[in-house]
Amino acid sequence: MSELPQTLYESRVWLRSGRITAVELTEAYLERIHEQEPQIHAYLHVAEEQALAQARLADERRAAGEDTPLLGVPLAIKDIITVQGMPATAGSRILEGFMPPYEATVIRKLREQGAVFLGKTNTDEFAMGWSTENSAYGITRNPWALDRVPGGSSGGSAAAVAAGEAVAALGTDTGGSVRQPASWTHTVGLRPTYGRVSRFGVIAFASSLDQVGPMTRDVRDNAILLEAIAGHDPKDSTTFPDPVPPYSRMLEGGIRGLRLGLPREYLTEDMHPGVRQATLDAVARLRDLGATVEETSLPHTRYGMPVYYLIATAEASANLARYDGIRYGYRAEAQDLMTHYVLTRGQGFGPEVKQRILLGAYALSAGYYDAYYLKAQKVRTLIRSDFDTAFATFDALVAPVAPIPAFRIGQAPTDPVALYLLDVLTLPSSLAGTPALAVPAGFVEEDGERLPVGIQFIGRPLDEATLFRIGYAFESQMSRYERQFADTDENISRPRWRGKPVT
Amino acid sequence: MTQTTPEHVRHIAKLARLALTDEEVARYAADLSAILAYAEQLQEVETDHIPPTASVLPLRNVLREDIPRPGLDQEDALANAPLRQDGYFQVPAVLEEQA
Repeated sequence: MSELPQTLYESRVWLRSGRITAVELTEAYLERIHEQEPQIHAYLHVAEEQALAQARLADERRAAGEDTPLLGVPLAIKDIITVQGMPATAGSRILEGFMPPYEATVIRKLREQGAVFLGKTNTDEFAMGWSTENSAYGITRNPWALDRVPGGSSGGSAAAVAAGEAVAALGTDTGGSVRQPASWTHTVGLRPTYGRVSRFGVIAFASSLDQVGPMTRDVRDNAILLEAIAGHDPKDSTTFPDPVPPYSRMLEGGIRGLRLGLPREYLTEDMHPGVRQATLDAVARLRDLGATVEETSLPHTRYGMPVYYLIATAEASANLARYDGIRYGYRAEAQDLMTHYVLTRGQGFGPEVKQRILLGAYALSAGYYDAYYLKAQKVRTLIRSDFDTAFATFDALVAPVAPIPAFRIGQAPTDPVALYLLDVLTLPSSLAGTPALAVPAGFVEEDGERLPVGIQFIGRPLDEATLFRIGYAFESQMSRYERQFADTDENISRPRWRGKPVT
Repeated sequence: MTQTTPEHVRHIAKLARLALTDEEVARYAADLSAILAYAEQLQEVETDHIPPTASVLPLRNVLREDIPRPGLDQEDALANAPLRQDGYFQVPAVLEEQA
């Protein structure tokens, strides 16, 4: 036996049957992390001892007859979600050394079910970015092409899953931060319905938009993980009281007769031709599976970018006001309080975060509130109406995730508007609060490199089950070549891990 | 709307409690100008009778029982403080000493 289980589901089968113990599985992942991290740098913190202690506990619990879905499964957690006993930096210098005195509800739930936390993954500072290059703690490389970014902001979690440095991971998605890195690393990423998953203990960026989402190797794993973290939380009044469906048992059945809409605004002229082609191929595949796909329109799509960047930055400027250098985090030396504040924040925050705080404070400031912030909130209503109208006809929408594949490290667009437009295909559904599932849709060629590309299915609020059903059918239609994982790919010259022999 | 000037940026930075270098001020003035110019297209959307969306949730007035529970204890609350003194957070002096 020289291989490891490939997925969360398989891990569970192996653990149940006694083919592997949680300690062996965790040790194998820790070894893989040690071997690959010098190249990938997916993690900011690896919690070796805690992970092994959790794994031993999981084995004891299993020996005592427990069989919870995640018992003994090693996961990676984006470093914007608090885990007790591990630092939480949000990728920011201003939180260097911060040890949270409590932990996120999603982590408590996973802990109760016996999951093992391998560590905390890299993120753009306060989840503000596209590439994980905005982290104060170094870049993460894309396991498919080491000279490229993994996407962001949940780039560390995406890279960890793609490189086989975790069975699955949690990310957060405010404007696309789970879906875009999933799409750029050939992994599956879900942005749940706003309110489906608790935000308690998650470091806030934009409170009307932030959601925690599972990042996994396939659709079934994603459903298992969402099932584990979703549900009402008395500590987060924005969570839905609705019961959590057994998503992982609702995957089968196919998509024959399902009505899917393809919004014409999402196939733009200036998008990468390979991404456009992958989308059209995906549509053909969905039709082969028996779904109808018709063109539709979300007419306010092009306003999504300015609406999002005015609202999200306004909320961020308020949320990030708490970093005062007094109660926790970085503190600049100063003689008076005002100097203390401006130096602490000026030195503690990175360039993108400062830009967004400024933009948000501007949008909220006297004389500009009506023209920017209030106007954006009104147009947000129209963007939501676009989706409501579409969902009166369609069961779900199919769309590309990002207009381009992963760019080279250091080669992000320099024009700020061009940069913000990278999110243009994920922002409207974030603003509408609808769930969206990104699934691998093959590869595109660029400069001789083969780069992953994803497709997203956008659904009605609280209808994640339909998205999983579509994703599951779509995924099983993919050829073996298209479904491979980064760490089992023979065609890419990069360090690969072959699986620690487990005997 | 008008161009975002360096003076605008300095004013906003003061409101947001951010120390910026002159280079940062120049860069942010240019970047905010470009982004806000792009955001100008929102003005073409007719919204006179459109209510604003602050939250997408249908939930309203979520209440819970008002039961006293323990909070963070003092040591946990202070554990991350960069400077502390006698069980308090330490801050730069706010008030002048009286002569």
